Amino acid sequence: MSEATAAIASDARPRLPHGVRLVHSEAQGGWVLLAPERVFKADAIAAAIVKRCTGEATFAAIVDDLAKTFNAPRERVLADVTTMLRGLADKKLLEL
Amino acid sequence: MVADASLGLHNPLGLLAELTHRCPLGCPYCSNPLALDPRESELATPTWARVFTEAAALGVLQVHLSGGEPGARRDLVAITAAAHAAALYTNLITSAVGITANSLRQLAEAGLDHVQISIQDSEHASADRIAGYVGAFARKRALAAAVVNLKIPLTVNVVVHRANIDRIEQMVALALALGASRVEIAHVQYYGWALQNRAALMPSAEQVARATEAVDELRRRHHGEIVIDAVVPDYYARLPKPCIGGWGRRSLNVTPAGKVLPCHAAESIPGLEFWSVREHSLDDIWKNSPAFNAFRGTAWMQEPCRSCARRDIDFGGCRCQAFALTGDARATDPVCHLAPSHDDVVALAAVQEDAPYAYRRM
Repeated sequence: MSEATAAIASDARPRLPHGVRLVHSEAQGGWVLLAPERVFKADAIAAAIVKRCTGEATFAAIVDDLAKTFNAPRERVLADVTTMLRGLADKKLLEL
Repeated sequence: MVADASLGLHNPLGLLAELTHRCPLGCPYCSNPLALDPRESELATPTWARVFTEAAALGVLQVHLSGGEPGARRDLVAITAAAHAAALYTNLITSAVGITANSLRQLAEAGLDHVQISIQDSEHASADRIAGYVGAFARKRALAAAVVNLKIPLTVNVVVHRANIDRIEQMVALALALGASRVEIAHVQYYGWALQNRAALMPSAEQVARATEAVDELRRRHHGEIVIDAVVPDYYARLPKPCIGGWGRRSLNVTPAGKVLPCHAAESIPGLEFWSVREHSLDDIWKNSPAFNAFRGTAWMQEPCRSCARRDIDFGGCRCQAFALTGDARATDPVCHLAPSHDDVVALAAVQEDAPYAYRRM
């Protein structure tokens, strides 16, 4: 991820759009993000992030929560989550 | 018989449910087989419900309710509700003719997750001519508006060929104007009806080159605004497509009469034994039906596929195309530049004639 990623406003409330949902599938071996005619595998970290995108929690609160849950530096979590959520939004899998 | 991933057995992700072959449109590239299933042979509602339950147990996550025109089934709402009850992501693939704003509302209430509407062209008259149905274009615009109004995500599917390939920019603009979040630019795949109309549909090499550039440019321009997925023009490719992600690997297709196929064109390969959901469970069919095991894994391959570094990437290409163009379903897909018969594909792409379409009819 060498490209600079645009920041996400602290008070943004990311959410999955209509027609996108995160489900757990035993048969497919874990979490998957279901979207219009597409299926994306989500690892445990990605699933933990997406699960918090409820449309209610602010971006700042999500980052705080993740930093605490995974006992990781907030700066680092902020950068990683920004990159991931921007990537999802570009694919129309998330609304910011 | 086959029972582990090393032999090519995975869990399927997607089920294409061809609810009916009936359709008011007559698109000359229709993906249905030449021999269409009559209405009397169609599976009943409870059978579809059982198929969806068995599909979910097998690992299937998404069901594509397709046809023909699925709106031709009077029990479409019940079928959709059954798929939703089985916890499947439900996708309606429609021509828009046969679905009204009212029936759409009932489908949304039944749990419909997504709608794909086909558009034949950005120009009204040309679109209706390609569909072989006067008034189709206006109906599509109306249904698209109803879909967006109900906040259901919309994909616009455009099949491109010689008559519309120069208007990709306009077709993407139309998809945006209709409120789609995704647009599929799919070059015609030459099987069945399209194979019969090949010379009338085939674009020129220059058109294909311009279209490829246009898609790249439109993706840059509309980045984050609309997802543009493209299906490559086979006959102008150097590498074959990994057909449906590998034979019997990721998806299955149930015909209106209940036969289960690895892909929608599989019946064009003679000698394959397909099993029906009327006699077998989906699990049994997926694991044991002769048709599904015919081209699973890589053991069936011949050279140059057998020793190719890409054999687990593109699986030797498309079996139906290999058969259609070489007469041998085990041959390398002739689209591949390494195939002995690749030059034949190049020669076939050069055959372009403005003949009237042979429209798809029952």
